[in-house]
Amino acid sequence: MSLKILKPGLLTTIQDTGRLGYRQAGITTSGATDLMALRLANLLVANPSDAPALEITLTGPTILFEVDCLLALTGANLGPTINGQPVKMCRPVYVTAGSLLAFQKPISGYRAYLAVASSFKLPQILGSYATYLRAALGGLQGKALQTNNIIPLNQPAAIARQLMLFLQKKAANTGFAAATWTLNASFYPNLAPNAVIRVIKGPEYEWFTPEAQRLFWETPFRVTPESDRMGGRLQGPVLHLRQPQELLSTAVTFGTVQVPPRGNPIVLLSDHQTTGGYPRLAQVITADFSVLAQVKPGALIWFKEINLPEAQQLLLAQESKLENLKKILNLKFKYLT
Amino acid sequence: MENALPPLQISPLGDAAIIVKFGENISPATHTWVKAFAKLLTTYSFPGFVELVPAYTTVTIFYNPWVSSEKGKYNPYEQVTNAILNLLPQLKPAAETSSPIVKIPVCYGGNFGPDLAFVALHNNISPEEVIHIHTRNIYLVYMIGFAPGFPYLGGMDASIAAPRKKVPLTEIPAGSVGIGGLQTGIYSLPTPGGWQLIGRTPLNLFNPGQQPATLLQAGDRVQFFSVTPAEFNQRKARENES
Repeated sequence: MSLKILKPGLLTTIQDTGRLGYRQAGITTSGATDLMALRLANLLVANPSDAPALEITLTGPTILFEVDCLLALTGANLGPTINGQPVKMCRPVYVTAGSLLAFQKPISGYRAYLAVASSFKLPQILGSYATYLRAALGGLQGKALQTNNIIPLNQPAAIARQLMLFLQKKAANTGFAAATWTLNASFYPNLAPNAVIRVIKGPEYEWFTPEAQRLFWETPFRVTPESDRMGGRLQGPVLHLRQPQELLSTAVTFGTVQVPPRGNPIVLLSDHQTTGGYPRLAQVITADFSVLAQVKPGALIWFKEINLPEAQQLLLAQESKLENLKKILNLKFKYLT
Repeated sequence: MENALPPLQISPLGDAAIIVKFGENISPATHTWVKAFAKLLTTYSFPGFVELVPAYTTVTIFYNPWVSSEKGKYNPYEQVTNAILNLLPQLKPAAETSSPIVKIPVCYGGNFGPDLAFVALHNNISPEEVIHIHTRNIYLVYMIGFAPGFPYLGGMDASIAAPRKKVPLTEIPAGSVGIGGLQTGIYSLPTPGGWQLIGRTPLNLFNPGQQPATLLQAGDRVQFFSVTPAEFNQRKARENES
């Protein structure tokens, strides 16, 4: 009842929807960078949407399934194969014991998610399974996956077992079978190489010179290779303050665009610090977190301003769509079984 | 009342957080309001409340707009703002001396505090005087942030202030006690950092297996005391057993 990691890939970690409630102790949320992709992967294998799954970065791992399993892949298309055959994403896939999941080469996007039915049998740390690399917390011993790691699995729940039986009939010689249906295209992430990221002005927006404000909206920024789960480091025009001014350390969060004194912005991601002292120029809207999570180092991003009511409308529309999907999948699973 | 509620500023931090600001400067008076408000909100939370981060002059409240809006029925930002405004009449400043003093052992100088001599030289006093002054004051934990359990302490004597290093060290051992400008603090995890290191505590500031997970909380008061390398090792061994 486990997965065995034969090759770890560039950076593969166990993540969930985040460790909530501990920011005031300096412990950040961590969790999936593309939260929506993780939630979708879970729903496709009949898991609660906040169950732990693997976050896979650019170069995927090679994983041996030591037991029959139901899985789903979402987010970036990193060229997944099972037993050497390409496997389709965004749908439930049945695999037989002894099968190998591997990734050929990245096609689009940056972070993929692998959920398995009933998820991993691991302890929660401070209420979450999420790996927080810097504090060596959660996941598997707080670390990125390494060669020969074993991830124990829970016994698949009844619905998942029924789905496996249904797909099993179609798993001929390849050792796996993917469902013929998939998510509605509107759930597929925007995986264009360059992206437009919508933001709301940050609390210190007015601290910046009119020139810096103009450049921020009009010029693309390149995501540099120094970017990681803590934040995307951006390169573009240098953004200056009207006058040197120090911000008293205060809260920052996922999507905060902060500007250190040298003038190159950083957009914070899942392992962001809980507090910071750099002026907050802008805040990425929640509905665009997935787009941001899928931008590769080297790509360009453009920032576009929207207001708070619009941002919250988009967020609510996204949640409402997900709620509907849950209902549809429940019906579908019931019908299949 | 000597500590009257200052005019508040309420503003959004993106679409899922809200900032309540109690002042412009670091001061114990502002801190009492931050602390009191954080406590009030923890006691009487509202639908969609996720968590909060108290800082020097602000409390930032994180909320789930889907829940706050009752699944899209209402405007989430207005719902949360109203919930906060409704709580304000109950806001009373926290008593200033209510928290006990957490005593923190520190082995000063030597390998644990390689920059003690620099701090002494910079201020034209002896290393012993630096230790005396550093252990004499009582510090207030204004906030926890930056890293798990990392305290932002206020109340250091200006006579032991020292500039940050020009080139930060890539890894500072956990427990290191440093001085950066007018601030002193304790590195809770091995991290990069630029403060002058004057000593090290054997205590773990972050204990993920324990409740609470951090030695210090915002609002605590702290005093350092000097221990020998032998005492440091004994205490460290005990700390790691528990």
